[in-house]
Amino acid sequence: MEIVCPAGTPAALRAAVKAGAHTIYCGFADETNARNFPGLNFSREEMAEGIAFAHGHGSKVLIAINTFPRAGSESLWHAAVSDAETAGADAVILADIGLLAYAANNHPNLRRHLSVQAAAANADVINFYGSEFGVKRVVLPRVLSVPEIAAINKDTDIETEVFVFGGLCVMAEGRCSLSSYATGLSPNMNGVCSPASHVEYLEEDGHLSARLGGYTIHSVGKDEPAPYPTLCKGCFGAGDKTGHLFEDPVSLNAEQLIPQLAKAGVTALKIEGRQRSRSYVAQVVKNFRAAVDAVDAGRPLPEGMLARLSEGQAVTTGAYKKTWR
Amino acid sequence: MELTVGPNHFFWSSEDWSALYDGLASAPVDRVILGELVCSKRLPFYQDAILPAIETLIAAGKEVALTSLSLITLKRELKASMALAEVGVDVEINDLTALSHLPEGAKFSVGPLVNVYNEGTLGWLAKRGATRICLPPELPLASVAALCAAGAEAGIAIEVWGHGRIPLAISGRCYHARLHGRMKDNCLFACEDDPDGLQVDTSDGQPFLSMNGVQTLSDSCASMAHHVEALRDVGVSALRLSPQSVGFVDTCSLYRQRLNDEIDGDTLADELRRVSNGMRLSDGFLTGARGADWSGKAA
Repeated sequence: MEIVCPAGTPAALRAAVKAGAHTIYCGFADETNARNFPGLNFSREEMAEGIAFAHGHGSKVLIAINTFPRAGSESLWHAAVSDAETAGADAVILADIGLLAYAANNHPNLRRHLSVQAAAANADVINFYGSEFGVKRVVLPRVLSVPEIAAINKDTDIETEVFVFGGLCVMAEGRCSLSSYATGLSPNMNGVCSPASHVEYLEEDGHLSARLGGYTIHSVGKDEPAPYPTLCKGCFGAGDKTGHLFEDPVSLNAEQLIPQLAKAGVTALKIEGRQRSRSYVAQVVKNFRAAVDAVDAGRPLPEGMLARLSEGQAVTTGAYKKTWR
Repeated sequence: MELTVGPNHFFWSSEDWSALYDGLASAPVDRVILGELVCSKRLPFYQDAILPAIETLIAAGKEVALTSLSLITLKRELKASMALAEVGVDVEINDLTALSHLPEGAKFSVGPLVNVYNEGTLGWLAKRGATRICLPPELPLASVAALCAAGAEAGIAIEVWGHGRIPLAISGRCYHARLHGRMKDNCLFACEDDPDGLQVDTSDGQPFLSMNGVQTLSDSCASMAHHVEALRDVGVSALRLSPQSVGFVDTCSLYRQRLNDEIDGDTLADELRRVSNGMRLSDGFLTGARGADWSGKAA
């Protein structure tokens, strides 16, 4: 299986390539990609150099252009697709129907992957994206169990890629405007979720509250660790209950499910985290590369390598196990 | 401008569900979308009431459309999606899956949960046979204006989210079931006691969201009370009103009065709060800094 690894910077890209990533995904430094964070992502020159470096080492590079173009400003997204082809990208990762149609018509030789932001969650719609826009691979939304993924792969020839490690969206991706409701900025329009620009920490009565856009997302004792106030992982009250009503502050680790995902016909395993450091990226890639090499060779998985990276943070296998629902 | 009533987002008893459409038959609205948008497990409880409701509404001179689900993963959901076109009324797609199931060349409508953010997407949908699009609620006025201009060229009527709790997210996980310590497959219909969703507060007691099974909505009720003129100016064809359990037919009448310039935005807002027992209002997605903001007077 192919490991698809994030790179938020040219240094992270080189680190991932050296650590054995088959494929790297990254984005341009603007609102065309869904990790539009300050100090992150690639200029046009950096992208061309990064792709040349990756190709020189036998790795591929995918460019995520996976926000939804703003009405009146589509040319910015069109330019990103064109520049991706010029830079030598192996594929672009797109979510917007209009942009897919544009890319298919104007850049027919540039391979198109369907972003998780399109939330294509069944074989019929995946095949539809294939026939309408020539999509060759789909990144599956994080709402499906492993048996459902296997069923999808039986009914489509389009490759599937699934998330195995890192941040976990609880909602169907590309279908969530919780962040813009609280802050005005959303993944779909701005490429950000629960943005740091709208976070404030307040100390009151021995408690540290983390707020997002003025809404208290969680409150902890001042000596306890305070997780980042990601909206869907906040602590809320409903009826007579209080707690993490949508999701606990967990991240995804489906390492143990790699053999089952292989059996389910998955082509590629995706690691989340373009905002992560190059040392983190290198460590995660090494571990996952060792794991897929073991699975491909019919050996058991190497033991508990990722525990250290998730230290202090709870992990989940998310929707891959049906009980998560 | 016209008034469209969107599909009911919540789990109501079959009697309450039918009563809504009986009431709407004599309400001053032009178009009604019905069917299940949120959870396929709810559909069997009122499925038999759908055709009679369609007949009632058509007899009352309303245009009628059937919605698809907004997230389609299971076999039975695919089957339900394929069956939509057989009913013989317009289909509103709220997931692209439903478009893949329509006969080639069929006309259709596009609901607010399909991501139509730009002219390219609108144009592609128009070529495929779309005749109406209700835009995603998070779009600002500048985008609405640009899409109305593109819609006028492509022969597509543009509708905006006019009134109702805003659908903000859909998930594979059922939060109502989770709240009751159950799983989705064994939910025992934990959502049935919350006909407008279950209020979700921040830990310091600020009303924030509303839980509706696999769906998350805003606590506040969006209202275009203060933007009727601006939306008319940019060419919006219709306002979408989303059903609520209290005072909904009155709500429809109030919007009609507003569209007829019989009442102003402040009066409409005051009346909306009165007929709904004190609903909080918002219009920030269109003109504010954030979706939850309200441009009008405080309650």
